[in-house]
Amino acid sequence: MALSTSIDTHAPTGPLRLSAIRLAWLAVLGATILLWVAGDRFAPWAVAYPRAWQIPAMQWISAVMEWLVRRAHFGLFTFTDLTRGLAAIIEVPYRAVLSLLSTGFRIGEGSNAIPILPPLSWIAVTVTAGLLGLYSGGRRLALFVSACFLYLAVFGQWQSAMVTLASILIAVPFGVAGGLMLGLAGYRWPAFERAMRPVLDLMQTVPVFAYLVPILFLFGFGPVSSVVATIVYAMPPMVRITILALRGVPAEIRDLGAMTGCTRRQLTWKILLPAARPGLMVGVNQVIMLSLNMVIIASMIGAGGLGFDVLAALRRLDIGAGIEAGVAIVVLAVALDRLSQAFAVDTETRSRLAALKRSAPLVERLPNLVTALAVILAAGVVGLFVAPVQSYPAAWNLTTGSFWENVVGWINVNYFDQIDAFKNMLLLNVLVPTKRFLGELPWLGIVAILALAGFALSGLRLAILCAVLSLLIAATGQWEKAMITVYLCGISVFFACLIGVPVAIFAASREGAWRIVQGVIDTLQTLPSFVYLIPVVMLFRVGDFTAILAVVAYAVAPVIRYTALGIRRVDPQLVEAGIVSGCTPFQILTKIKLKLALPEIVLGLNQTIMLSLSMVVITALVGTRDLGQEVYIALTKADVGRGIVAGLAVAFLAIIADRLLTAAAERLRFRFGLAPAVAA
Amino acid sequence: MDARSMRFSAAVMALALAAGISASSPAFAEAESQDPIKLTLHDWTGQLITTKIMGEVLKKLGYNVEYVQADYLAQFAGLETGDLTAAMEIWATTGQEASDKAVATGNVENLGNIGLQAKEEWWYPAYMKEKCPGLPDWTALKEPACVEAFSIPETAPKGRYLGGPVTWGGFDEERVEALGLDFEVVHAGTDAGLFAELDSAYQRKAPIMLWVYAPHWALAKYEGEWVDFPTYEPACYTDPAWGENKEATHDCGKPFGEIWKVGWVGMKDKWPGAYKAVKAYEMQNDEMNALIVNVDIDGKTVDDVVADWLVKNEARWKKWAE
Repeated sequence: MALSTSIDTHAPTGPLRLSAIRLAWLAVLGATILLWVAGDRFAPWAVAYPRAWQIPAMQWISAVMEWLVRRAHFGLFTFTDLTRGLAAIIEVPYRAVLSLLSTGFRIGEGSNAIPILPPLSWIAVTVTAGLLGLYSGGRRLALFVSACFLYLAVFGQWQSAMVTLASILIAVPFGVAGGLMLGLAGYRWPAFERAMRPVLDLMQTVPVFAYLVPILFLFGFGPVSSVVATIVYAMPPMVRITILALRGVPAEIRDLGAMTGCTRRQLTWKILLPAARPGLMVGVNQVIMLSLNMVIIASMIGAGGLGFDVLAALRRLDIGAGIEAGVAIVVLAVALDRLSQAFAVDTETRSRLAALKRSAPLVERLPNLVTALAVILAAGVVGLFVAPVQSYPAAWNLTTGSFWENVVGWINVNYFDQIDAFKNMLLLNVLVPTKRFLGELPWLGIVAILALAGFALSGLRLAILCAVLSLLIAATGQWEKAMITVYLCGISVFFACLIGVPVAIFAASREGAWRIVQGVIDTLQTLPSFVYLIPVVMLFRVGDFTAILAVVAYAVAPVIRYTALGIRRVDPQLVEAGIVSGCTPFQILTKIKLKLALPEIVLGLNQTIMLSLSMVVITALVGTRDLGQEVYIALTKADVGRGIVAGLAVAFLAIIADRLLTAAAERLRFRFGLAPAVAA
Repeated sequence: MDARSMRFSAAVMALALAAGISASSPAFAEAESQDPIKLTLHDWTGQLITTKIMGEVLKKLGYNVEYVQADYLAQFAGLETGDLTAAMEIWATTGQEASDKAVATGNVENLGNIGLQAKEEWWYPAYMKEKCPGLPDWTALKEPACVEAFSIPETAPKGRYLGGPVTWGGFDEERVEALGLDFEVVHAGTDAGLFAELDSAYQRKAPIMLWVYAPHWALAKYEGEWVDFPTYEPACYTDPAWGENKEATHDCGKPFGEIWKVGWVGMKDKWPGAYKAVKAYEMQNDEMNALIVNVDIDGKTVDDVVADWLVKNEARWKKWAE
């Protein structure tokens, strides 16, 4: 019924189209309400999707994967041979880095291996990281990064952290290089970019659990598979940012290249890429952060490291150990993030060093590298005789021990009743009614509303996209679980905005507060949610409420970030004008600041929705019954088709939400006369 | 390091030395291949102990052993391709389906029972007995006072039973229905969630009835009992006429589960000796529970506990190799 209004797509804008759309809205909403109230009686097929109409997508996908994994052949070799070959290529640098950082160099395999060289000592790694900070950012950064690594040693996380660091150090270059290549290709051939965009969307939104089993078959069981899964998940932002950054290179620079007679290759590598460097570094930063997000899942398929420590600690209900290992992940993420951000900006020291002549002595030209090598060598030699220099002695370890357990226990014993009363109030008055309401809505009506929204915001293409994707969710039998997912994520996003927007408004204009808020949201985004999931279960029991808390904690960051960004970007002259014309502070906030920041807020909302959908699988671990659970069940039954179908349903929800909101943000920008978005 | 643990680690060192000697001594058959045998480690203590005992024994027999951390269910992908060699604890109660599927491909072999019996049942902390004195007999759960004792606002007036993750199965909805219990079944998403709730309730002496399995450290940490349901027989799950309720199946307790050893099918030919040893491995519930308590409650490391066991049970594990 929504599509009937598409007749007048050719009339661009104008009263005619507007009123037609309004009529269509009335018709669609009316029909949906009618179906919702009385559909059971005259058209049950429009309320609950009939089983007989379902397409057996699960079986099809299982069959295709079966063929790909076991029988696909390119004449000389099979598809599995190809992927195993790739795995072997990744394995070589991974083994090298792992040996360097964690296991030491050895000959042979397993328990028969003979050690020939110990790994880098903890002192050497900490000093090297500090020197890297000194080189890229200066003394403060050097101190900060060294302190981060020192935490790993002092809290006994060193071994695991180095295993994790090794896989990050491999995944990130592959992710960055691959993303850069794809981005360049997308920049050069727009058709390629168009073809790639849906693939990138899927890579980011299909939960990893959904394709974990096929990856294990193709790449073998072990760290390499987890590196591959990490690359798949972490590469898309690099591709997107590369394309954006290259497009953002000013035309003058490009013309200069053409005038000086550069070849195409020279133009790309000597002119375009260096000019786009700040943008590209943002991409590198995103790859690092997303790789660290994968640490827990990677540990489930043989990567070991900090992720495994978190899981094992929580299995024993050792909250303190879980938090310590989780914080180690945060510390590693923050250190790498600050380093990569520092490399994005030029510093005086670095340009001074770079300006030095080749003939200058090595120590002067590369002082940090020389120092680092010296420390590594010295620590290595001394470490052979003095054990504490080689590996941080366990006797010096600090631990928070049972402190966290006692905190949670104390809250539990003293405040459980109050917490429980609050939870029950929310559950009975908000959550359960919403869930019921969404579950009862007729699928046909929702499909029509989504299509119409797409049409109204953008046009026929978006309308068709929304209709087809939502129809596919129904047709593959995922409707009911998808609606529970929408309910969980919808409520979480609502609460995230309820918390995030005021915090952002408060912190945006106060430098000190903003720095604290930034630290908190960085931590929330990199701390594996498992770490706080278990204490939360102790206080709130398993169920939807716990899941929503975890999702809100993870997804609140972008709302805060983007809202603050939007408010800070508001032209101070406009605020001034508001004050002069006698606005109250409240009016300035609502009529000027928030209104002008609306496009950014919508973008933040978009990112929050994406993040909350990416948490869906995690929520299944505290007993929700949504698409995440479906993916999880499929994993436990090794049912590839079932997992991928449910994973795709999550991705479809994400894509629908993303496209509609992006279109809405574009419209808002247009209405307020703002420049189009160049946000990542 | 205090004196006691010093002495302990000295013992471990001595043991390690002895191990080095015995590995090279001709008392054992030479290992057929020096490629590493890859055993999988999961995230619960009992499995770590089982696997490390097996691994250390294989090392003494001259094999090259590598431990690989792996997800319980994802590991079958590795076992099918031979990337992994053997998994020591596949519980029939939780992993049967995945394991059957892997065995059906012809690439994975069931290497037999490890001797442990997985017990799974409804379980309650001892303090709940005051509120429902008829326990552990299951008929007590039919009394309104007991139902009320186990209820929380979310489920009231029904009692609340916290089941395992849906992926574990367990037929609790059917059981509640068939036995006419006024309980609502709530599923925990994970094992950790399950015991987090128990810990929380136990701290507050709050009502809780949940799915507990053994061998598990929780039984050593918390005092409580299993509910006595009518004992399981296969007919109970298939024949409605069986038992209390003549019209419904599942009117009994949960079955005891076997715990299987599972391996890559190529193991038999590549390491025949190791294959035999893995097949021969066996352990009893009480013994395993004691080892788990050593680690999870007394705070010893898995490696120390395993080394200690190997010293005390030398005759036993040597037999596995013959």
